[in-house]
Amino acid sequence: MEKIYSRTKTIQEDKVSGFCPGCMHSTVVKLIGEVMEEMDVVEKTVMVTGIGCCGLHMDYIAYDTITAPHGRATAVATGMKRSSPDSLIFTYQGDGDFASIGLGESISAANRGENITVIFINNGIYGMTGGQLAPTTLLGMKASTAPKGRVAEEHGYPMHMCEILNQLTAPAYLVRTSCNTPQNVIKTKAAIKKAFQNQLDGKGFSMVEIVTSCPTNWGMDALTALDFIEEKMLPEFPLGVIRDR
Amino acid sequence: MAMIQVIAERCKSCQYCVKFCPKQVLAVGKKVNSKGYEYVEPVNQEACIACCMCGRICPDGAIEVYK
Repeated sequence: MEKIYSRTKTIQEDKVSGFCPGCMHSTVVKLIGEVMEEMDVVEKTVMVTGIGCCGLHMDYIAYDTITAPHGRATAVATGMKRSSPDSLIFTYQGDGDFASIGLGESISAANRGENITVIFINNGIYGMTGGQLAPTTLLGMKASTAPKGRVAEEHGYPMHMCEILNQLTAPAYLVRTSCNTPQNVIKTKAAIKKAFQNQLDGKGFSMVEIVTSCPTNWGMDALTALDFIEEKMLPEFPLGVIRDR
Repeated sequence: MAMIQVIAERCKSCQYCVKFCPKQVLAVGKKVNSKGYEYVEPVNQEACIACCMCGRICPDGAIEVYK
């Protein structure tokens, strides 16, 4: 019998991820690793992580990584890519990092059309810090800083980063995917692969926004969180390619 | 002939694989791993068709598929 599927070698063999049960951070990092192996770019890839749960990958993966100051991952990636153009540089950021504290850096990097790849994890809440309201939190969704749910008059509306960046001229590839079904996992992997290939081809700024769950801070078990993605998150954040050129 | 193997220590019992297996090969077992999770076990190994749905959806890479 031949082994046809196993965990990517870009994750340390003896390690178990530190994420909660059902957290899709580890799904995405698994996919990134599979893409890197298929493209044979493991040796020249550097992951720039943001702050938050996305930083938990550091002692789990088996390739180069650097942690940027909070929100500044795209700025750090800009410097790294410009000083080492042959490397494959991607940032890995959550919604608090990319869409909140790092909004200025994120939009500026996209506006410059920096030749980097952004993997943006959108789970609609701050994970590591304890479930506070994120820019992407849905209306009516409870958070520790919005115990009665998000109210538009008080907290504003959920931010759609793909659509915001689509207003700019420079970005090359903007896509929104999810990891809530095996089919969407396969689509996410294809999107990541295309985003990496864009960078190798010098096309410029590519972003893959991935709608994921945070069962712990959403206050539900992993399977209920899957239904929540399908019923609540995806109508607000429709999947698909927003820009490809 | 297909077979799956669950690496018990990696499993966190999120049950994504149980939900998405088209042949109901997997179920939560009664044994716990060192982290205290009741890990998933193959209960209907003969029905496996090696579609790898379980492996792909598993966040923690706990499932290996053989064919």
